[in-house]
Amino acid sequence: MSNTMFSVSGLEAGYGQSKVINGISMEVGRQEIVAVMGRNGMGKTTLFKTLMGIIPAMSGEVKVDGRSLDGMEPFSRVRNGIAYVPQGRMIFSNMTVLENIQTGLPSGFQGNQVPDDIYALFPVLHEMRSRKGGNLSGGQQQQLAIARALVTGPKVLLLDEPTEGIQPSIIKDIAKTLKEIRQLKGLTIIVSEQVLSFTMEIADRFFVIDKGRFVYQDVRANVDESIISKYLSV
Amino acid sequence: MDGYSLSDLFSILVMQGFSGLSLFSVLLLMALGLAIIFGQMGVINMAHGEFMTIGAYTIYMTSRFTERHFPSFMPYYFIVAILASFLIAFFVGYLLEFLLIRHLYKRPLDTLLATWGLSLILQQVFRSFFGAREVSATLPDWLMGAWKPTPDIDIPLNGLFVMAMSMLVTAMVGLFLFKSKWGLKVRATTQNRVMASAVGINTKMVDRVTFAIGCGIAGVAGACFTTIASTGPTSGSLYIVDTFLVVVFGGTASLFGTIASAFTIAQAQSILTFFLTNAMGKVVTLLTIIAILMMRPEGLLRSKVRR
Repeated sequence: MSNTMFSVSGLEAGYGQSKVINGISMEVGRQEIVAVMGRNGMGKTTLFKTLMGIIPAMSGEVKVDGRSLDGMEPFSRVRNGIAYVPQGRMIFSNMTVLENIQTGLPSGFQGNQVPDDIYALFPVLHEMRSRKGGNLSGGQQQQLAIARALVTGPKVLLLDEPTEGIQPSIIKDIAKTLKEIRQLKGLTIIVSEQVLSFTMEIADRFFVIDKGRFVYQDVRANVDESIISKYLSV
Repeated sequence: MDGYSLSDLFSILVMQGFSGLSLFSVLLLMALGLAIIFGQMGVINMAHGEFMTIGAYTIYMTSRFTERHFPSFMPYYFIVAILASFLIAFFVGYLLEFLLIRHLYKRPLDTLLATWGLSLILQQVFRSFFGAREVSATLPDWLMGAWKPTPDIDIPLNGLFVMAMSMLVTAMVGLFLFKSKWGLKVRATTQNRVMASAVGINTKMVDRVTFAIGCGIAGVAGACFTTIASTGPTSGSLYIVDTFLVVVFGGTASLFGTIASAFTIAQAQSILTFFLTNAMGKVVTLLTIIAILMMRPEGLLRSKVRR
């Protein structure tokens, strides 16, 4: 596929001796949204951390827009077009909302100006810009984490369990915003989830991860919800 | 306290209070550097005192050099020398981080030992280079003398200068940390190193520069130190214990905690040592700090945001 924006091949990773990711491969197209579904402990977060370079890969390759990210530190990966919204959001709680967004701005001539489209997507962040990040609600923190990732100017956006600990009405908003972002910025989005109703709303393609491997994958039109649900139930 | 009249007591308090302020100024500068480094990297730099000594010797060298080659420049050399002490301490710190510290980030106990060893090595280097005897820089005339608001009270000008200097540096550190883009990166790295890297901040570079800035500030502390005492190979190590006290007591949560803590400790020591002996003054200060830390283990000020 010449349309491939993001590709992973034969990725293996883990902690010390124990392997958590057992050979994962995937190709994701331009402006595609894919969901990685799986229960807790199946390797979703480890996979994302490995993609970001926070955990070193034991083998395999990750490419963004044809360029290999092999051996890069997380910050270099960000500069090569991959952005990360981690599980638990990881807001800099002692810093203001504005400062949190600014941490993601690339260094250079544009200074510390937050682009207007960020505030257009997340008006609440503009209202709250002087508040401490730690004092926002879960949903607001999630928006902040997405904004902070977007200002790095990514081609690929990774979101690790964005609905975790967030009330249902806000989950709807997040789904809407993600689709908007894809349209506006032409982004490729990879989202890990346990909540099928959320990903059914946004994803074009589904992967199911079980014990560090993809055990099922299909496009949205053909997807068999009962199979995914089976893997999601304990 | 018999034998002192009320007005005597007042003069003593003012003068001891002022000498406490000079001590406060040096301690504050030392503690700022140490707190920034500890806060961000968790590195306890036992060689921090030696960076102060580097700054002090830089002043001494610049003063000798100016005296010999540009005697007419003497009234102004001090300002240039302060900059030089910052830059030299900064540069040595930068090298040190690159050669040694960065390899030890995941082993805090080893950093403690390594930097302690380094402090001994540096002290010996100073001894070989400058001799064991204490040396003094020739201060420009405008730093000599005293301001006498009343006949009984002498406020030395060098003390005033040291205070102004430390206020200026503290303000600059505050501006750097809270208003500059580099400061933003430093604070983000301090709070969450992994996440900082994952939003595109080169945390290794931030570490190196932060370490060097901390050392540079210690250099400025050394520069200030030369105006109130003479410099020997172990001058810095005499301050390191008090500096640690300031950092622990103040808590690493905020700049303001460090300022308040340096002030309290310096004033307590200065005023107590006048009425008690030198050793007793330290003992009382230390006991008080221990008592307060038992009630507030995180130090004077702690952060109020949920983590």
